[in-house]
Amino acid sequence: MKLTKTFDKALWVFHVNSGSCNACDIEIVAALTPRYDVERFGIKLVGSPRHADVLLFTGPVTRKMKDRVMRVYEQTPDPKVVMVIGNCGSTTGVFYDSYAIDGPIDTLLPDDAHVLYVTGCPVRPENVINGVKEAWLYLEKLRGDDK
Amino acid sequence: MSYEDWMVRILFVLVLPFIGIFLGLLYKGFDRKITAMMQARIGPPIRQPFRDVKKLFMKENIVPDHAVPWIFNAAPFFALLAPLVALVYLPLGPFEPVMEGYGDLILLLYLLAIPAVAMAVGGLASGSPYATVGAQRELVLMMSYEFPLAIAAVTIAWKYESFSLATISSTPIWGQVGAMGAFGLFLIVIGLFAVLPGELSKVPFDQAEAETELGGGLFVEYSGRNLGVFYLSEAVKMVVVGTLLIALLFPHNLSQWYSFGGPEFAGYVVLNVVADVLFFLLKLLIIIFVGVSVVRVAVARFQIDKASYFYWVPMTLLGLLGTVLVVLEGAI
Repeated sequence: MKLTKTFDKALWVFHVNSGSCNACDIEIVAALTPRYDVERFGIKLVGSPRHADVLLFTGPVTRKMKDRVMRVYEQTPDPKVVMVIGNCGSTTGVFYDSYAIDGPIDTLLPDDAHVLYVTGCPVRPENVINGVKEAWLYLEKLRGDDK
Repeated sequence: MSYEDWMVRILFVLVLPFIGIFLGLLYKGFDRKITAMMQARIGPPIRQPFRDVKKLFMKENIVPDHAVPWIFNAAPFFALLAPLVALVYLPLGPFEPVMEGYGDLILLLYLLAIPAVAMAVGGLASGSPYATVGAQRELVLMMSYEFPLAIAAVTIAWKYESFSLATISSTPIWGQVGAMGAFGLFLIVIGLFAVLPGELSKVPFDQAEAETELGGGLFVEYSGRNLGVFYLSEAVKMVVVGTLLIALLFPHNLSQWYSFGGPEFAGYVVLNVVADVLFFLLKLLIIIFVGVSVVRVAVARFQIDKASYFYWVPMTLLGLLGTVLVVLEGAI
């Protein structure tokens, strides 16, 4: 798995709703609107996990969605980065300890997955973009660019 | 034909694909930037498509379990090869087609059909229901837009009594028709500009890909290198279709009206060729701007039956009316 500088500048994003209340999804869409315009960073929302570099997971992962979340992760070609959007996905939030919840998401993904968290309930579009910036820093560190 | 001529041809055939890919990605960058500006966004940098392709070639190439691997892997290369071959038969700006005399307008129309067929075959071979729906739509769309395209090609070829693109692009057609014929040609221009987004599967005729409803349609199972090759194919196709439009209807060169420097200046010929090439690139940009970017921003996606209807009834009738006007004028 090789992560080069080009990868940073052309992140294609696939969005998976794993039982979220839709608030985070709307904020993600807001980040794509002309006001925030993430396409200027080369970020593009794609319709298939096969095209994606970044998976945006929202929601605390309900039982029904557990298999789908893992399957979407496996369908995505390497190298890939996971961004968990919102408190629910990061920690299961207000659904903590619920019988219907199998999350948080990072407990389901393999150990070598690159996971980043964007918190907020719901997240702000600025925070999503900040999360992408953090992802760049993280990828730089992973490559050892700062040395 | 002499030995040197063949060497020059082989050289051009080897170099042209790279020029085609470079120009295609460049124009894709312009298209995205202009689209963004029209939507009051900043938009990606012009070199974004180059980054996208580089990234796609770096990624894992997945072949799904349900796919037919050899068709699945071969389809993108056929989709890329056909427009690259087409480039060899097209007059690029002031230059004649590299393989002049070995292929004409009819060959080009067939070469333009191959990417769509390759995409459909690749989609059907990928074993995904979304891709299957996309492939069927692509084929329906192809059968629809070929009609007005063929009418336009036949009309222009009738006027020149030749299918050779070198003949057609040597003299602009507008000087050879009167007022009625010019109006007929104008209708044909409208038809060809309507074909442009369909041929390039851009909004409003991107039903086959339909990001929002089919999740990528034909390409839903493609990833990594294969998707990158499709991306390149789309880019080169933009240049090929734009150039075909220029060759058929706007083959004007800058040197027809204005030449830089006089014969006393040493680099006179070179300077004029460079000016002609730049003028050609500008024409291509304008055609892509009018035919792709503006349309893409202005309208939403048609339903597939309405797209088919749009090509088969209004655009075909428009094209036929144009043909009748041009032919009638020739008869009077």
